[in-house]
Amino acid sequence: MNTSATALGSGPKVVMRRPTLVLSGLLSAVSAMLMGSMLAIWLDFRSKAPLRESSDGSMMLRDWLPENIKIPEVATNTMMMTFVITCVMAQWAVYSSRRNDPKHTSLALGVVLLTEIALINAQVAVYLQMDIAVRDGSYMMMFYAVTATMLTMIVICMGFTLLALFRSIGGRAGDRDLVSAHALYCYAIAVIFAAVWFVVYVQK
Amino acid sequence: MTAIDSSSSTAISHTTTAGSMTTKSTFLGTIAAYLMATDHTRIGRLLISFSAIFAIGAAAEGALLGAERISSSSSLVDAGILVQLFSAFRFDLIFAVGAPLMLGIAVAIVPMQIGARSLAFARGAQFGFYLWLFGVVLVGTSYLNNGGPGGGNADMVDLFLVGLGLVIAGLTVISASIATTVLTSRRAGMTLMEAPIFSWSALIASLSLIFTLPVMAGALIFVAVDHTYERATFGATQGVNAWIGWAFTAPQIFIIAIPTLGILAQIVATMTRGKQPLRAGLFVGVGLMSVTVIGSVTQSSFSANFSGGLSEIAKSLIPFLFFNAFSILGVLVVLGLCLLALKNEKAKPTAPFVPAFLGVGMVLTGMVGNAAHKISNFGLVNTVFEEAVLVYICYGVLLSSLGAIAHFGPRIWGREIPSAAVVGLGLLGFVATVLASLPYFIAGFADQPSGVADGFNYSGPAWLWNSLVAAGHSLMALVVLLSVALATKSFRSGKVSTATSADLYESVNG
Repeated sequence: MNTSATALGSGPKVVMRRPTLVLSGLLSAVSAMLMGSMLAIWLDFRSKAPLRESSDGSMMLRDWLPENIKIPEVATNTMMMTFVITCVMAQWAVYSSRRNDPKHTSLALGVVLLTEIALINAQVAVYLQMDIAVRDGSYMMMFYAVTATMLTMIVICMGFTLLALFRSIGGRAGDRDLVSAHALYCYAIAVIFAAVWFVVYVQK
Repeated sequence: MTAIDSSSSTAISHTTTAGSMTTKSTFLGTIAAYLMATDHTRIGRLLISFSAIFAIGAAAEGALLGAERISSSSSLVDAGILVQLFSAFRFDLIFAVGAPLMLGIAVAIVPMQIGARSLAFARGAQFGFYLWLFGVVLVGTSYLNNGGPGGGNADMVDLFLVGLGLVIAGLTVISASIATTVLTSRRAGMTLMEAPIFSWSALIASLSLIFTLPVMAGALIFVAVDHTYERATFGATQGVNAWIGWAFTAPQIFIIAIPTLGILAQIVATMTRGKQPLRAGLFVGVGLMSVTVIGSVTQSSFSANFSGGLSEIAKSLIPFLFFNAFSILGVLVVLGLCLLALKNEKAKPTAPFVPAFLGVGMVLTGMVGNAAHKISNFGLVNTVFEEAVLVYICYGVLLSSLGAIAHFGPRIWGREIPSAAVVGLGLLGFVATVLASLPYFIAGFADQPSGVADGFNYSGPAWLWNSLVAAGHSLMALVVLLSVALATKSFRSGKVSTATSADLYESVNG
């Protein structure tokens, strides 16, 4: 028997189907479920708050948001707009990455990083302008819990952006999987923030 | 099918050592390799090993609680720590044993089954293991120092909440790693429908955990912030159970039992040595069990009430059936298809089938018991009936994992566990499970209250039911101990396995 030809050929190549993108999708699902759960509890508490007369006596309001608290809507609306810019820039990074354009990929990711810093700055401004303490009551405690969780998600996204940016600057501009995964998480937290913005800052 | 064994540990553990220096070096090297492992079999083994250790502890807690309830004058346990003991028993069974055990088996087996070189984000899974382990240690420390839900030491309650958060984070990370592996790392040409049934069940269980654990985390954040700063809105210490208690009961606990269906179907499929009839039906059956996710996420518990008019009965019956019957239907579909496959004349019985089949049987009994618990005419709410449901599910998971380790173990270690021992331990585990839970099904109908050890009185031999439960838990602790000892001995110096991939993995194409 001729043994020289018995070696088997190599097996089929294992195809990795964009694992980073899938993981980012799962992370987005985790973030959405986490914030969904918190907003559901928030809405439950708000719906059970007792009724009180409005200051002009014209209508009955839920006694949920303490009367002396003013939500700085300029800062919160700016945050919402900033998230839109973040998403556009993240998509620009994907677009540039697909065209093997490292300069534009890095520039786009750099702008995303800046917008994320701006988001954190705006959230701190909201805290300073509202000037409430976490121990002051139910609303305040829950407000800090929800917004701090949102802030944590933004910080996680910032870490993701930094990772993508370092790799892009380091010459891996063609790492489309990571840049796409980063963009997906940016979209996810933008949608999550939209829910927080509507429930906590608009509907109050 | 192609299966790549990426384990290098077999070679390490079989290395013969000539001198003491070499032995020491190999031992330390092995420890270091385990601590920093990125090999999926090692991460899986770490999860399985620690879960088994915690299983012995959980069974001992169950035995202690059963013994404490034998007589109202009994004082085995200080009355002040009974609340912690009841809570610790639940936590251990679900988050220290059931969930990590199933995920550990999935981590070890799934990459080999789908032909992946490694687990996707293996370092993430290892990080998840440490998060989980550190969380369990923190929770245990909290319980031992008057913490936990209803605990008297506020700092220790905070520690409990932090520990539980770490446990949730760890299990979520491991689940994400498993789900990503099945979704992205299958060998070329293998569609999701061609993936082995155990891998499919691991995917479904992982996704179910990914969708439900963050919901628990959301409530946990509120409770933790409230407990640290305000202690009013969420009821301080007493509110912990009210807000996160749903995660310690059905239907959430059904999620950890999803892989038991995959284990049974996998074993049966390899026993029959042919194509599994109605293979798609198995996938549907496993998927049906994940309907419990809806009940968990919405934290809805719908009861059926058979008194009143027909429209009122129908109104309570429809949501009751949706939230309870679908998952039972899933188990019945898988069981039915497995029995159908066994009609194949080529079917060759194997020892792992016994514990795996009995495990699924116990899970099914627990699920049917949960449905009965939700029928308000029976008046079983707040009785020990609910505790029996928990024990049936979690001990069913333990039995099933014994079958999985006996079935898949040779593929990891290259050696096999003696068949007679596997069958014997399976039967012993079955007796232990029935003893630890069935008496509380009966005592539930006699209105023995849950969560209390004395102050109850009902017509019937209360001492007998509680004694049997204590004996059942003790027996289960013994079964787990023997299983660990047997597996350790067999995989180190047992009979070398002659099994081939065809013996261990199902045939997709017949």
